Amino acid sequence: MSTLAQSIEGGNPALNISIFVAFVVVTLVVVFRASRNTKTASDYYAAGRAFSGPQNGIAISGDYLSAASFLGIAGAIAVYGYDGFLYSIGFLVAWLVALLLVAELLRNTGKFTMGDVLAFRMRQRPVRAAAATSTLAVSFFYLLAQMAGAGVLVSLLLGITGEAGQSVVIAVVGAIMIVYVLVGGMKGTTWVQIIKAALLIAGAFAMTVWVLGKYGFNLSDLLGSAVERAGEGGESLLNPGARYGESGLTKLDFLSLGVALVLGTAGLPHVLMRFYTVPTAKDARRSVVWAIALIGLFYLFTLVLGYGAAALVGADTIKAAPGGSNAAAPLLAQELGGPLLLGFIAAVAFATILAVVAGLTITASASFAHDVYANVIKKGTVDSKDTEVRVARITACVIGALAIVGGILAKDQNVAFLVALAFAVAASANLPTLLYSLFWKRFNTQGALWSIYGGLLVTIVLIVFSPAVSGGDDAMITSVDFHWFPLSNPGLVSIPASFFLGWLGTILSKEHLEDKHREMEVRSLTGAGSEKATAH
Amino acid sequence: MSTTEPSTHPPGPRWAEVHASAEFQELRRRLRVFVFPMTLLFLGWYLTYVLLADYAHGFMSTKVVGNINLGLLLGLLQFVSTFAITALYVRYANRRLDPIADRIRIEIEGEEAK
Repeated sequence: MSTLAQSIEGGNPALNISIFVAFVVVTLVVVFRASRNTKTASDYYAAGRAFSGPQNGIAISGDYLSAASFLGIAGAIAVYGYDGFLYSIGFLVAWLVALLLVAELLRNTGKFTMGDVLAFRMRQRPVRAAAATSTLAVSFFYLLAQMAGAGVLVSLLLGITGEAGQSVVIAVVGAIMIVYVLVGGMKGTTWVQIIKAALLIAGAFAMTVWVLGKYGFNLSDLLGSAVERAGEGGESLLNPGARYGESGLTKLDFLSLGVALVLGTAGLPHVLMRFYTVPTAKDARRSVVWAIALIGLFYLFTLVLGYGAAALVGADTIKAAPGGSNAAAPLLAQELGGPLLLGFIAAVAFATILAVVAGLTITASASFAHDVYANVIKKGTVDSKDTEVRVARITACVIGALAIVGGILAKDQNVAFLVALAFAVAASANLPTLLYSLFWKRFNTQGALWSIYGGLLVTIVLIVFSPAVSGGDDAMITSVDFHWFPLSNPGLVSIPASFFLGWLGTILSKEHLEDKHREMEVRSLTGAGSEKATAH
Repeated sequence: MSTTEPSTHPPGPRWAEVHASAEFQELRRRLRVFVFPMTLLFLGWYLTYVLLADYAHGFMSTKVVGNINLGLLLGLLQFVSTFAITALYVRYANRRLDPIADRIRIEIEGEEAK
């Protein structure tokens, strides 16, 4: 067991790295080929709106199934049992909000960013600046989570434990990602997502069948074996409460997390931006349907994989491994298929981080270049689209560099916590404004600003003074305790607060935009005058 | 489309007029009559589930078949209901929304082209 301290015992770092390098080479070739037709801003930000619904749906699932969902959820199920499963349900049900309320209407009213939808009927410059601020905030938290995950994976799978070594690998991951974004734009990034999603889902499917096969395709036997392996008190693996059942406060915290998860997805900027890569609203609908099917299937796989890891590897071995519960899926892969399957799963996990980071970077850079630079700083008078794209590319480099530095600094942080944070910010700052702006005719500029800035501020203040930052068991800062807000996840307070502020700001302002709303409603429901696909 | 501002809309079609038309009002009604109740339904069902898993441990731990308990079954039902609502919405949109939306869009864009 002594080698566990370095990497997974029996794993072959050279093999892991070579499979990963193969993925990088293949995707780089695809990205370079895809970039040949990238000329205009619409090509760069929205892939010429030429992806089909199914293609975009696969890419969405690639964007969404981050390393945190793959390694994190499988690990949480393996260690905490049922409570890990609750995450995946929130992550999935959330897609209905996107399907029913957001995807199609957004596709019909905007061009590239969330700011476009708000700017449709409100005063452009303030709402664009606000939308860009919250987009950058969500992207930043999400980026940190992914980069921190990369650090964990490095030590886990490549046997690189030194501080310097891990930092170098994070920097390499960041650099490759910047190349994808600079060269490929949205089209290249989308293809990377598609390839990655296919590998991830195929890998998880193969492992699921393998695990179930060991138990004669009887789920009940698998669960029984997991309970047996856990020994004394193992029964609790099957029941809720192992993770969040401790006290009234942890239960409330779980409720808060559940609300943030279900309302966060439809406010994630990198998910919203994907709806612009298809030609029509109907294709946006199709892409969500594909995404729901693939994401749902994937979470069902993780249920089997989590309990499979608990049964075949054992929670104690998982907790002792580098990376802790994140190691469950890789350890299970090794148990089933030896070093080769471990290498494959390791490479897929890396590819996942790479792809998600690329998707976030292009979203954040588009929001800065399109909303802030072109429309706020230059007041919409950018002489050519080339300038805007150039600014987007420069921004992508800056964000990439920040992600590398942040990733190196944050590499010891809890990945799932950072992701939950990003969801809380998205649900509080973005979703209320989006919904109001699509469905409420009285909504106006002041309402949007209060909701975005207010939601953002409340969320961040509550996070800073939460037990997750100081005072909690695995808090970021252990030396001092300055928390006064009892919950780790602020969603339960910040989301209603943001809805309320949006309403209050609106009715306290005299601005009436009902005419614009009529136009927006006609356009959003019918698709009249919406941005069309570019033909090449 | 050479400007970056979506708010410099072509003045062409008379949006308020289209908005007031019976056809558009019907489309708007059909959309809202489906998505609002459905959203309340799935959010309510999801919250019920979260509250049960959070506060009714004994109930959720009730064994149903072998090692499969009520909690797991209800969790899997969340998957089933999500898939079912997706399918229902797609069917509804294809049959009840798209035909009207397409008609209105063609009317408006035909006007613009003149």
